[in-house]
Order: sequence, then structure tokens, then C-alpha cells
Amino acid sequence: MLPESLREQPVARAVEDFDGDAVTGGKYDRKELTLEIAPGKITSVCGFLKYDQRFVRLSTVTAVDLYPSEPRFEVVYQLHSIERKQRVRLKCRLAGPNPEIESVTGVWSGANWYERELFDLFGIRFLNHPDLRRIMMPDDWEGHPLRKDYPITGPRV
Amino acid sequence: MSEAGSPGQITATVEGAEPETGVRRMVLNMGPQHPSTHGVLRLILELDGETILKCQPEIGYLHTGIEKEFEVKTYQQAVTLTDRCDYLAPLSNNLGYCLAVEKLLGLEIPPQAQWMRVMLTELTRLNSHLVWLGTHAIDIGAMSVFLYCFREREDILRIFEMFSGQRMMTSYFRIGGLALEPPRGWQQRVKQFIDIFPSRVDEYEELLTNNRIWIGRTRGVGAIAPEDMLDLGVTGPMLRAAGLKIDLRKDEPYTSYEKFDFEVPTRTENDVYARYQVRIEEMRQSARIVRQALEGMPPGPWKADDPHVVLPDREKMKTQMEALIYHFKIVTEGFRVPEGEVYQVIESPRGELGFYVVSDGTSSPYRVHMRVPSFANLQAVPAMVQGTLIADVIAGIGSTDFVLGDVDR
Repeated sequence: MLPESLREQPVARAVEDFDGDAVTGGKYDRKELTLEIAPGKITSVCGFLKYDQRFVRLSTVTAVDLYPSEPRFEVVYQLHSIERKQRVRLKCRLAGPNPEIESVTGVWSGANWYERELFDLFGIRFLNHPDLRRIMMPDDWEGHPLRKDYPITGPRV
Repeated sequence: MSEAGSPGQITATVEGAEPETGVRRMVLNMGPQHPSTHGVLRLILELDGETILKCQPEIGYLHTGIEKEFEVKTYQQAVTLTDRCDYLAPLSNNLGYCLAVEKLLGLEIPPQAQWMRVMLTELTRLNSHLVWLGTHAIDIGAMSVFLYCFREREDILRIFEMFSGQRMMTSYFRIGGLALEPPRGWQQRVKQFIDIFPSRVDEYEELLTNNRIWIGRTRGVGAIAPEDMLDLGVTGPMLRAAGLKIDLRKDEPYTSYEKFDFEVPTRTENDVYARYQVRIEEMRQSARIVRQALEGMPPGPWKADDPHVVLPDREKMKTQMEALIYHFKIVTEGFRVPEGEVYQVIESPRGELGFYVVSDGTSSPYRVHMRVPSFANLQAVPAMVQGTLIADVIAGIGSTDFVLGDVDR
């Protein structure tokens, strides 16, 4: 359900009208609009925002690890509309420790490397991704460095 | 070789001709240590003769975990990390990060600090474009341009050294304003440089713009359809050379860019030559901005008035108890930033630079993600070079202007 405070945001209302179950929350803070999207709906919402609402650019995809709370991971999409000079942030909450979500490479091919980065550094699996491999770390690396339970320093020798 | 279409799986080396097509394919590793990749980039090229059938970039050789390191530094300490990503445009990175944190804090920055930031970021753009032009020209075979460009770059680095004490890793922008008071006599130094610089751009143009070899190597090379560029997340001069007038300094002004008068150069040819023209014109426009900043520099303080965030003046710290306490607290513990998240974008010399900063209310960022232009632009290289000749790869990746430290973070 769309929170009352977002009713006057045209983008939020459009998404709500497009799919009543897609928006699970959101906020408008520091002049930035955030919509929380049900993980199963992410590709359809992204497609709607790209083709119908003219958010033609996917600026970035990233994630936040909220360890130890559950659902643990937040996948964050930053969308940009050149025509509307507007940005919107989509968020999906995923439960750990082996989170999965549908890839948005079908909507923006530029999501490819960003999702590989999240797979590598957070261990989030993107379903139907064309080339899901590690990108920063070596292929035989163990663990996912940007997770909060991954140590910042090694053992003392 | 029939499954060569599956990404990430180029295994064959030299093999015999394929029965159906009669094509002989070869896999060539360009890099990780190749002079024209400007850092440590590996391109796996699948070739038919000199034609590229497939190009697959491999990155990560310079990955140092900077985003992880943000999480154990205080907000003010983390400024120094941003320098080390895009080492050709350190001040642009400083600016993006500082603006993001200032947005979280709701901090008002005084006009002089804002204008000083504009001036120095534009000098950074010149610095970055000069290195780009010099090395790009060397890659294509014009040796002398490099020496001309580095002559002017040296002047810019001297200006940076005058301001911050550092030539490259300046960290001159801090949360709340500038790191140090602008040095005495900076106006003359910047004026001296900006008076001579436009004529120096003419010199570069004389060497290249009508140069037959340069035109032969760059015109009609490295095109990507504008809609593919948007799809792939390409930004900056590459996009503007494809006819899309997108510049965040105009579209989403920050740090009082709206008060400056400058043009956003565009071209429609969408090739390596057009990117060269756009960047040359950007240098002239940046010089215009620097001159406006120099001539209209507002008086007043160079850092924000917030004792909880900004370090007190040296003089006060030595004489007043209050100031000493604040100084001690900020240096040892840092300052608390209210809970929340922001995404701040700026126009770096390479394109859209975004900082996504999440705060949990403590004195260290909970998470910082850098949306770096080099990463997205490099992703477009395969689309640019497939089907072209191997020599065009050098021109193509040169025109992309990525910094591997920025790509890998």
C-alpha cells in the first residue's frame, strides 16, 4: 500500500495505479522519492517506469546489508528521467543468507555489470542474468566482502 | 567454437577453420598490462583476421575495497578515500561526496566556498581532459601533443599544490567547506594561467583538428547508437558527442553552477572525432567558468558556521576552551550525521558521478556506493568495438576516457 504522505507524488501514484500490490512502502525525504517494491514485481515496475513514465536511464543498482536484522538485504535502484528532470529510488527487501531477485537486464542492459558487482560483493543472485560471474574479486574467492559480517581486517600473524 | 556466443566462456585459442563459415578465429588478450588501456584492464578479443568478433572486458585488477573502507572511517576521514578512485579528477570526487554528506546534515555552505569549489572543480576538469587528450593522442600516434598537454597540466597541479599542499590527492574540499583558507596570491596564479590557457587550446587544435592522420584514425570510428548509450548508462562527453544535450551542471545544478554562464557543447557525429571536439570545446567552456569564478568571487567565510561539524579556526582553537573541546571531539570521534539516505549526482569530467550515502546516525557512514562514470562507460566498449578493426579498439577506448582506479574502486 502506498503511504498517505506519497499520494501527491505523481510517480508514486502512477506506480500504485499500475499495480496495486507492487508498492509496499516509501518515503519522500530530503527531496528524494523512495518507493519500496515487492521483490517479485521489480521487473514489471521497472518496465512500466521506463516505457510509460519515461525513466529511460538506470543510474545505478546497489545494495545495503542491514545485518543482523531481517529481511537482511536492500537492493536499491536509482532511476533517472531526462525529460522530467526527476529521479526516483526503488528498493526491494530480500531475506538472507542466499537472497535472489529477478534481474532487470531485460529492461536496461546497463544493469548487467551492476548486478554482477552485487553478486560478487553481496552474494545476491540475479535470476535470468545473462552472465552472472564475479566481477571485482577473483573467480575462486570465498565470501562476499561488502556484507556486514565479512571482516574488514584479516587475522594477526 | 559454435558455443562461442555464450558470454564468459571464450576458451579456444587458435583453431582450424570452421566447417560451415570457413572463418578462422583467434583469441587475443589485450592487457592487463597494455599501454593504451591506461591502467590495468584486460580485453579478451576474439578476432577474425583483424576484425573483432567479440570483445569482453575483464576488470577488478585495481579493486581495493574502497566502498568497504568507507564504513570504518569517520565522515571527514573518508574524504581522502574519494581522491583515490578517480585520481585524475580528485576534486570532483571530493565534491560529490561532500555534497552528499552536507545534504544529509542539511548544512548551508557559504558563497565563497561554493564558488571556490566551482573554480577548482573546473580546473580539475581541465586537468583531466588534458591528460585524456595527451594520452589519447599518444595512443593514436601523435607524440608531441602529450608534451604540450602536460605543460599546462603542470600549471594546474601547481595551483592545486598552492591551495592544498598536494598536487594530486588534494582532499581540499571538506564537509562544510574547504580544508584550508585560500592561500595569499591565488588570484594572480589562477589569472596568469587562465589568461594563457585559451591560446594553448588553439595550439592543441592546430596540432590535431585538421591533421589528416588524426582525422583518418578517428572519424567514423567507435559509434554507438544514442538509445543504446542511454540503455547502457553511458554519460558525459560521449553522450554529448552523440547529440544528447545532457549535463548535470545545467539540468540539476549544484554548488551554484546556475549562476555561471557557459555552453554545453554537443556534436551529432557520434564518433571518436566528435568526442574529441566536445572535450576540446568543454575545455574552453571550463576556462570561461574559471574566469567568471575568479572575477566574481564573493567575499565572506570559506567554511560553514557549524561548530559541531567544521573544525574551528586555528587561532580560536589555541585561545578558547570551547573551540578546543570542539576540535578535540571532531578529530577524535567525528560528528554524528542524522539517519537517512541521499543520492547526490554531479557532472564529473567523465560523466555522471553519484554518491549514495546511507547514515545510521553514527559518525561513520553505514554504506557508501559510488556510481562512477568510468564503470558504466567501460561497459559500453564491447558495443562500440565489435565488428571494427583491432586498431580502432585503441581509438575507441581512448575516446571513452575511463580511469581504472575509478572503475574498480
